Amino acid sequence: MASLGCFLRSGKNAVSVVLRREFSKTPPAAVQVNVRDALNQAMDEELERDERVFLLGEEVAQYDGAYKVSRGLWKKYGDKRIIDTPITEMGFAGIAVGAAFAGLRPICEFMTWNFSMQAIDQVINSAAKTYYMSAGAQPVPIVFRGPNGSSAGVAAQHSQCFAAWYGHCPGLKVVSPWNSEDARGLLKAAIRDDNPVVFLENELMYGVPFDLSEDVMQKDFVIPIGKAKVERRGTHITLVSHSRCVGFCLDAASVLAKEGVECEVVNLRTIRPLDVDTIEASVMKTGHLVTVEGGWPQYGVGAEICARVMEGPAFNYLDAPAVRVTGVDIPMPYAKILEDHSVPQIKDIIFSVKKVLNM
Amino acid sequence: MPSPFNLIEGDRQQKGGEKRSETAGRWQHDSMQKMLTIISNVLRGSASRHGAQVVSEAASMVASSRSYADFTPEATFDIKKVDLHRLEEGPPLTATLTREEGLKYYRTMQTIRRMELKADQLYKQKIIRGFCHLYDGQEACAVGIEGGITLSDHLITAYRAHGYTLTRGGTVREIMAELTGRRGGIAKGKGGSMHMYTKNFYGGNGIVGAQVPLGAGVALACKYLGNDQLCVSLYGDGAANQGQIFETYNMSSLWKLPIIFICENNQYGMGTSVERSSASTEYYKRGDYIPGLRVDGMDVLCVREATKFAADHCRSGKGPILMELQTYRYHGHSMSDPGVSYRTREEIQEVRSKSDPISMLKDRMLSNNMASIEELKEIDIAVRKEIEDAAQFATTDPEPPLDDLCSHIFANDQPFEVRAATPWTKLTSTS
Repeated sequence: MASLGCFLRSGKNAVSVVLRREFSKTPPAAVQVNVRDALNQAMDEELERDERVFLLGEEVAQYDGAYKVSRGLWKKYGDKRIIDTPITEMGFAGIAVGAAFAGLRPICEFMTWNFSMQAIDQVINSAAKTYYMSAGAQPVPIVFRGPNGSSAGVAAQHSQCFAAWYGHCPGLKVVSPWNSEDARGLLKAAIRDDNPVVFLENELMYGVPFDLSEDVMQKDFVIPIGKAKVERRGTHITLVSHSRCVGFCLDAASVLAKEGVECEVVNLRTIRPLDVDTIEASVMKTGHLVTVEGGWPQYGVGAEICARVMEGPAFNYLDAPAVRVTGVDIPMPYAKILEDHSVPQIKDIIFSVKKVLNM
Repeated sequence: MPSPFNLIEGDRQQKGGEKRSETAGRWQHDSMQKMLTIISNVLRGSASRHGAQVVSEAASMVASSRSYADFTPEATFDIKKVDLHRLEEGPPLTATLTREEGLKYYRTMQTIRRMELKADQLYKQKIIRGFCHLYDGQEACAVGIEGGITLSDHLITAYRAHGYTLTRGGTVREIMAELTGRRGGIAKGKGGSMHMYTKNFYGGNGIVGAQVPLGAGVALACKYLGNDQLCVSLYGDGAANQGQIFETYNMSSLWKLPIIFICENNQYGMGTSVERSSASTEYYKRGDYIPGLRVDGMDVLCVREATKFAADHCRSGKGPILMELQTYRYHGHSMSDPGVSYRTREEIQEVRSKSDPISMLKDRMLSNNMASIEELKEIDIAVRKEIEDAAQFATTDPEPPLDDLCSHIFANDQPFEVRAATPWTKLTSTS
């Protein structure tokens, strides 16, 4: 039965590809790529493109990556460019930053962003602030990447979302891809950027496949950092989200569409710099705003979005207060039932939309 | 309080200091006597005239009566034996100094000394603000290290960085203007005392210990790029207990990075003596599997020879090496620390009188006829003038323009809007 289910899922995708072929004039040959492979291919292509690029982190080389994101890279590029480190985050993050000082372009992987707290001084004080303190003499072209936010059953110490923490700091760019196109385009952009980029992945998205068009599969496909994408057009309410929650927003939008509510779903893609223009344009159109994030509510991404909307032209278009849907303000519990109730669910989004629309 | 140098064996007075090279002889001695007579006559006779003018007159007399052939072009000195850890042999027990090198080291050390004292003065006048960590007393370290490497090698240190900014190519003008926060500062006033950068010099770092892994990263880049360069990564006795330094020892050794770890042990981490902070004060051994040297950091020649030895070690692909430089700072930890609550004035005075690095070099050069007192005085005057000019610049150069507030956040980026203190103010960032 499981294999039948699998077949049906992929069969449905195959059919949709075929249908697209039949009905489009210039058919873009779509290929299905999951987020993990999108990241892998992006790194592979950038490693090939620029020999100053290298990857370091725990288990990235011979283990093929703790989450297999760097699978095959060590075999292809060897010890010089794919470096296994000991479990010493502060040390290897500092080494990565120093390598960036001296002209290389490191990708520093944190096995999860929770472990970045051991090294956060190097990310903030050594990487983010140096270009400014040196008045432009010392750029720091580094990417820090790894899975962020809650996973499944990994409990409190391994489930924190760091979007707000790093998004707070000038000198950093912080990106949070949702799907494979985001992952590919943003990682390429991050590696090519001459500045420190915090790249927040999501472990639960790694295995999720998405269709990627031929354009997206081009070697020079990059998504500009700092630009949000409207994933779904709508007229009644704006949902702003990032990472995995974008998918939940789209699911909620599908359900709400049956009740005649058309949601506009904005995928932030970048946490810092925040694309306020896209958010404001959407809010000015719909008059209603709900932000959705996996992280904790206090001083979070949603709080920042609401504050910006208050301070800008979009406020005058709001027909109701802007509201945040967030993770529950507790350390992440382990038991499944508790964990499920610690994160925003689709029903929470639907409920909030209806409240804001006074339905 | 124990003597700071009780770990160093042997007498400070080097036997080698008395050595004369073969070309010196009685003739040299006689003509020196004659010179001194002439000079003292000149000085007595022109007591009413301006001091500098007198000295320059005397100097020109000296210059006309003595050619450079009168000076010893080079001399070899015995230097203190270095304590070794995991090394069969160490640096040589003698060092050869040429006249040119001696004058260069003298001038550089004196420049650092005077620059730091001027910074002290400006700080007390509240023209320099914030943190100011002075390097006077430790000059032999910065100058000796630079003598053992080249400017195409790399160096990174912590916050007591003014001396290194100079030896790594910065000018006194731009260093002082950075301290006073002016646009002519080496970081355009954006960095301050602890954040100065030059080519192949990565600061100036405010977070204790963080610079050490950064230095290993620079060394990794050297190895990666195959350029035969190395990185000197400095830290103090206070930082030596930082975990990230041990993480760095580990990775540097595993990957055989071309890094020279240097612990500048000036006996005190802020107000905490080494005995109170460290279970082991043998910092040159703390690298465990990394070979180490403990070096007299008050002797510029010792430092230079040890650095050369360490550099050879790195460049031969053997991986990291660790040097402990035993040195001393005359000032407190920073300008907000008088520096006498945790150590005695007698101790400071003792080091000044017996171990001052500039005096040591001066004595060596004079007693070996490598330079004249007048010549060295001339250098002192030139240095004083350089410092005065720099201070003048540093106090009159305008502060950075407000436009600079938001510049240099990102490299090679489009201008973008920066959130100001209120939502109505529009600020733009430029690269």
